[in-house]
This record gives sequence, structure tokens and C-alpha cells, in this order.
Amino acid sequence: MEWIQQLVNGISLGSIYALIALGYTMVYGIIKLINFAHGDVFMLGAFIGFYAIARWEMHFILALLLSMALCAIIGVIIERVAYKRLRNATRIAALITAIGVSLLIEYTVIFFRGASPEAYPTVIESRNIEIFGAQISVQALLILAIAIILMLLLQFIVHQTKIGKAMRAVSHDADAARLMGINVDNTISATFAIGSALAGAAGVIFGIYYTRIEPLMGVLPGLKAFVAAVLGGIGIIPGAMVGGLVLGVVETFVSALGYSLWRDAAAFVILILILIIRPSGIFGKNTREKV
Amino acid sequence: MSETLLKVDNLGITFGGLKAVQKVNMYLNRGELVGLIGPNGAGKTTMFNMLTGVYAPTEGSIVFGGKSIAGLDPYKVTRQGISRTFQNIRLFKELSVLDNVKVANHGLAKHNLLSSIFRLPSHFKGEAKMEEESLAFLKIFGLDVYKDELAKNLPYGMQRRLEIARALAAGPKLLLLDEPAAGMNPQETHDLMELIAFIRKEFNLTILLIEHDMHLVMGICERIYVLDHGQLIADGTPAEVRNNPKVIEAYLGEEVTE
Amino acid sequence: MKKSKAFWGYIVLALVIYAVVQVLINSGVLNMYYQNMLITMCINIMLAVSLHIIIGITGQFSIGHAGFMAVGAYLSAIGTMKLELPFVSAIILGAVVAALAGLLVGIPTLRLKGDYLAIATLGFAEIIRIIFVNIEYVGGAAGIQVRHQATWTYAFFAVVITILVIANFTKSRHGRACIAIREDEIAADAMGINTTYYKVIAFAIGSFFAGVAGAIYAHNFYIIQPTTFNFLKSFDILIFVVLGGLGSLSGSVVAAIFLTVVTTYLQGFPETRMIIYSLVLILVMLYRPKGLMGTKEVTDLFKFGKKGGSKA
Repeated sequence: MEWIQQLVNGISLGSIYALIALGYTMVYGIIKLINFAHGDVFMLGAFIGFYAIARWEMHFILALLLSMALCAIIGVIIERVAYKRLRNATRIAALITAIGVSLLIEYTVIFFRGASPEAYPTVIESRNIEIFGAQISVQALLILAIAIILMLLLQFIVHQTKIGKAMRAVSHDADAARLMGINVDNTISATFAIGSALAGAAGVIFGIYYTRIEPLMGVLPGLKAFVAAVLGGIGIIPGAMVGGLVLGVVETFVSALGYSLWRDAAAFVILILILIIRPSGIFGKNTREKV
Repeated sequence: MSETLLKVDNLGITFGGLKAVQKVNMYLNRGELVGLIGPNGAGKTTMFNMLTGVYAPTEGSIVFGGKSIAGLDPYKVTRQGISRTFQNIRLFKELSVLDNVKVANHGLAKHNLLSSIFRLPSHFKGEAKMEEESLAFLKIFGLDVYKDELAKNLPYGMQRRLEIARALAAGPKLLLLDEPAAGMNPQETHDLMELIAFIRKEFNLTILLIEHDMHLVMGICERIYVLDHGQLIADGTPAEVRNNPKVIEAYLGEEVTE
Repeated sequence: MKKSKAFWGYIVLALVIYAVVQVLINSGVLNMYYQNMLITMCINIMLAVSLHIIIGITGQFSIGHAGFMAVGAYLSAIGTMKLELPFVSAIILGAVVAALAGLLVGIPTLRLKGDYLAIATLGFAEIIRIIFVNIEYVGGAAGIQVRHQATWTYAFFAVVITILVIANFTKSRHGRACIAIREDEIAADAMGINTTYYKVIAFAIGSFFAGVAGAIYAHNFYIIQPTTFNFLKSFDILIFVVLGGLGSLSGSVVAAIFLTVVTTYLQGFPETRMIIYSLVLILVMLYRPKGLMGTKEVTDLFKFGKKGGSKA
């Protein structure tokens, strides 16, 4: 059936958004910064994956892991060089800096290789499986599987490891965490590393699924992933997953119903509705400013 | 007999599951100087926030000058005649001392947006009046010498005085002071007490005062309300409150000094 | 009165600048290339100053300013190309509708602060852009061709009016109210300022003049397309204000002039320009967040012996 196919498409797109959204939500949860450059880490991940698969003929799983590792490093570098000094500055200053970092990454890439797109080579044969009478591509299922594995891995790290506990502690109260002996700086860097790794993975997955990548590919998905994070409740990890999936499905259906020119607007309309109706998101709680 | 300026009936507010304030009954007569005390977290600032419109109470009523003001927007409450200072000073840091006071004068000025944009005579007249009135307030508080200094550059004691000057410039009938003596030494506290007595007389004010400094409270307040865990546990003259066993118990471990 | 004298002094200065440039144009000394740069300068100054009143004065972090510019551009284009309106009427049409767009953005976002407000304004700007992509009446994605009607005269007087209105607004109790909101919204509320009213007014005035800038832009560059008014344009405008100093009107003017010159000379190297711009953003925020002028004005530099103090 047509709509099951669209649903699968939507969930695949949504899981890419979810992987990117996780990075946004974790970073916002821990230092209250919207890391505008996060979408560009996604782009870098896609390009790293491309060079690994197309030029060095790596197996795509290895390329995925390589991309994740390099993006983790890139994420930490960005944090240390640009954001660390601004931890006590106004959030607006940090946001402006993040915008600057994002533009810098984009245009440096264009400067060195031009703005033209690349095409991922076929990594997985396009085959379809029949489920419930619908033709579902093997690619979509594989994407989904990888995304789910990564999200489960994240849940494990956050809830069952020491670093995860440290991350949760610092999100709640950085000063208290510091007093308890947690190295806040390293915890923040670890958060950036994990979030960026997930974005890198999303980049490779995107490349495999949609094949076309270019230097400014991170902007719109980045913004949309942020919307997804807000939708689910910014700072809340399951929220980013749910938000991403919801956004992917909504966008796919808007397109399928014939309004494809409006599909990008869907994310922003959702954003504005959420911010006006329920800014804390699906899973969020209301916090008041103390007067 | 003095008329009742402020009447608070059965006032309460619940945040989520927490009853921050409940069943508070209070009144202030015109010209009175009343204290509001209680241990930390008792709900005193929450009371102020409800009186000034920052929070809307979930139960009860607030009647000021005959009008119900519960739940009104803060700026409307100010225009009705209630002004306040803040526990943690909230001056406009990048504005000059004079401009801080002028902001409070805003509600009393009349020249509108178009007159300012087109620089009509009403703009110049209005601005001159604001300048004159604001400077007058600064003079009373001895701050006119610093009128062009940025508010953030003033020493702490002067910042507190500026906050009071600013609150006064809004032209209130009722002034709410939230811990005005916080961080002050005995000499500064003494000066503050004289200042409060002076402005009360000079501007015909009714004053409600939150304080922890018992010397100040017992020294100038005519009546005192005591709040603990969001409820009134005592009220009366300083002498009555001082000897009230419930009050002493609430402050257990704290000295009620002369 | 001292204040009137300074005011008329600026008017005279403006007229002198206008006359000098106009003469240079008429005599052929300033060719099309320079004329274009001057007009672009005026457009950028208007954009910067109109964003300054929203972010710098009132503290509302609006980073979708290109959206209002787009509305002004398209509506003025419809005015001249479809409705055969005279140029000035078309500019006013564009600006008024842009102001309405400003209200449409400003009112729902009143409760939002900081980052959330920023993202919401970015979202609104994208929605505006996507709307124009989808309207065939104005050419959709291909855009609409616009008769060239903008001259130095129109651009200069538009910019002078813009600066005048915003400067007058700022140096009055209304501007003070907005600065108070920027500094501490809760205290401003407590001191009797109707914060809702002033936040909305700031958006309306800012978007009005962004609309004027958009109208001049449309009638200078022969064609407008939705892609022109994307978030990159919004960031461009943001950089003017950040570099100049968020709280300084003259800072915005100076930065807009300076960066227009830089952009014009780097026309052939767009990536280099963006790399420089992004580095400017980052370095300014890291090392001199107050920008070139912080909250001071050029006029403050001429007051020797006067203590610190901001304009109000």
C-alpha cells in the first residue's frame, strides 16, 4: 500500500533527523547553546563518508565508523576553540558565535572544493522487500536498523556508563557536579563528541540513501533537526528521537499529498506552533524565571 | 480613621503541586509602615510578586484603592499606584543613573510616539518635565552628582538607594521594599531607616517592607505580618510579634535581636 | 536650544553629502559602479539600523530580518510592475506590508526569549521566503523583473529618513522604555512600561524600514528572487549590527558602510568574503562582544570631559 511506503520513507527521513537532533538536544541540555554548526558537522560526515567509500573504497560500515570518529574530533575542536570561552557569556553571544562557526565551515569547504555536489556510489543494491503488500526498499530498512542501533547505544551510554551519568549531572547543575568531583570541561567535550559522532553517522546514512551531497546540505536539515529537538522537548534525549521521527513522517506526508513545495515550510510551521503553544515540547516541563 | 488602601483576602498561589502561599489575609491603611517577615522561603517575595502582578494568584483577592488588581499585568498595577524594589537589585545596568529614574517616570509622561518621532513641541516639553522630575528624585537621595554614571558602576549601597529612587519616580501610593537593607552595615541601615521615614512623610506613602534585619523592622514598622511556609502565623505590633511563641519557633535558632 | 542646533546641524550635513555626491554623479566622476555601491550602502545602512532597533535597542533577538526585506521588495515590485503605482507609493506599500509582517512575527513571539525567539524569527523568515517561491503572480522561484527606478536621490533620502526616525525614537522616553526592556524586562514591567506594546512597536518600526530597504533594492537590481532573501542575507544584516556594536546606531551605520565596501571589492570571491565575515562574527564575539562601538554613539566621542553614560 502506498501509505505504508510513505510511512517507511517518513520514518527513514525521521531517523536521520533524529540522529542530528540528538546532538542538538544533548548540547543544549548541557550548556544551553544552540549549536548552529551542528548541521555542518552532519555535512562534513557525509563528505568524509563519500571520500572513504568512493575514493578509498572502504566498506560502508567502516566508512560510517570513520566518519563518526572524525566528526567526534571535529565537534570537540569546535567546542574547545569557539564555545568554551563563551560559557559565561550571554546566550546571544554564544548563538552568534555558533552562526559564525557554521558559516566558516560551509565556506571553507566551498573555498577548497567548490560548491558542486557529489554523488554517493551505490552501496546497497536497490532491492525491494514486500511487507504487508507494500514495496519497501532494503536501503530504507538498513538505514532504520543502523539508526536504531545507534540510538540504543546512546541510551546505554547515557544511562549505564559513568560518562553518561556525568553528562546527566552536568545538565542538571554544572556547579554541583563540579563540586562532586566531575570534570565538567571533559564532560562537555564528551557530549559534543557523542553528538557530533551521531551527526556524522547521519551524514553518511543520508549520503547512502539520498546519494546527493553538497557543502550547504547541512543548513536546512540542521534547522529542521533543531525543530525536532524542540518538538520533543529540548534537552530531553527520547524527545529528540520522537521529534525527529514525527517531523520526518509529517514532512513526507506533506510531500506525498502533493504539496512538495511546502514541505520545508512544514518544519517551520511546526516550530512556531510549538513555541507558541507548548514551548517545553512534548516531553518537557515548564520552568519559571525566579523574580 | 484611616481608610484601607490595600486589602488582601484569602490569597494563595499554587505552583504545580506546591502551595507556595495560602489563606493570607492582610490589610494596609493609608500612611502605614508595615513589615512582612518570616524565615527564608516563607513566601514573602511571592507575596510581593502577586501584589505587583508578576504572578496571578490561584485563589483569593487583592483590592487596592477599591479596585481589584489580582492578575493584572505588572505595568498596569504600577499605573494603579504600586511600585517596588527587588531582592536582587534589578537596575538597568547600561543606562545612566538619571535614565534609570526616567524609565520609572515613563508612565506619568504624556508625549506619544509620533510626537517623539517628528520632534513636535509636546515631545520637548514632555522630555524636559521628565528630566526635571527625575533630577528632583535624584537630589533627594543624594544621587544627582552621579546622574550620568552608568548604574552598574555605582557602589552597592548607592545602587540600593537608586532602586528606591527609581521606584518612587513611578509615583506610587504604595511602595513595596524587598529587603532594602540586605548587605548593609549598621550605619547604612540606620541611614536607610531615616530615609524610609523621610520619604514616607514627604511623599505620603504607604509602605510594606520585607526584611530580615530585625533591628530595622522592630525600629520602624508600626505593624508586622509574619509568614512561614506560605501561611500567616502571626500579626500585630512589634512588641506582640516579638513575644509570640509561634514566631520564635519559626525562627528557631535565629536570634531576634534588638 | 542646544538639542535643536545639533539636529539642524545633522540635516545640513546630510544635505551637503547629498549635494556633493549628486554633483559627482552628474559630472560623471562617479560612474555606475560607484553609484551602485553607494545605493547598496544606503540599503545596507537601512537594513542594519532597522535591525538595530529590534536587537540592539529592545533586545529582541530577531535573526530573520531578510524576511521583512523580502516583503518590502516583493510588495513594492507588485506596486510598480503590476499596479502601475508611482515609485514612492510603491515603496510605502512595501514598507507598510513589511510592518504588518513584523506585527505578524512580533506578536506571537512575545513570550519567547533569547535562542527560542531567534529560531522562531528564522523560521518565520523561511516561511515568508517559501510563500514567495510558491506564488506564481510574482514569478515563483524564478522571481520577478523590476523596472530600475532607484537612484542616489531616492536611496539617500530613504536612508536619512530611516536614521532620523530611529534616532528620534531612541532618544525619547519610548526608546528608553525599549532599552529598559533590553536590560531587564521584569524590572521594566515593574516600573510601568507596557513591554508588550514596545516590543511590538520595535518589530513594526524595524520591519517597516527593512521593507523600505527591500523596495529600493528591488528597484535597483532589475530582478528579485526568493533565494536572495534567505537566511544568509539575514546573517549578513546581523553581522553589520554585531560588528558595529549591538547597542549603537552609528556603529551599525559605520559597519554597514565598511562591510559594503569590503563586499564590493570581494565581489569576485564570494567564498572569501563569507569566510572573512564568519571570522569577523566569531572574533568579535570572542574578543570584543561589544563590537566597534558598544552602546556608544559617534556623537559621544565629541563630548570631551563628559562621564560615560549611554544615550537615552
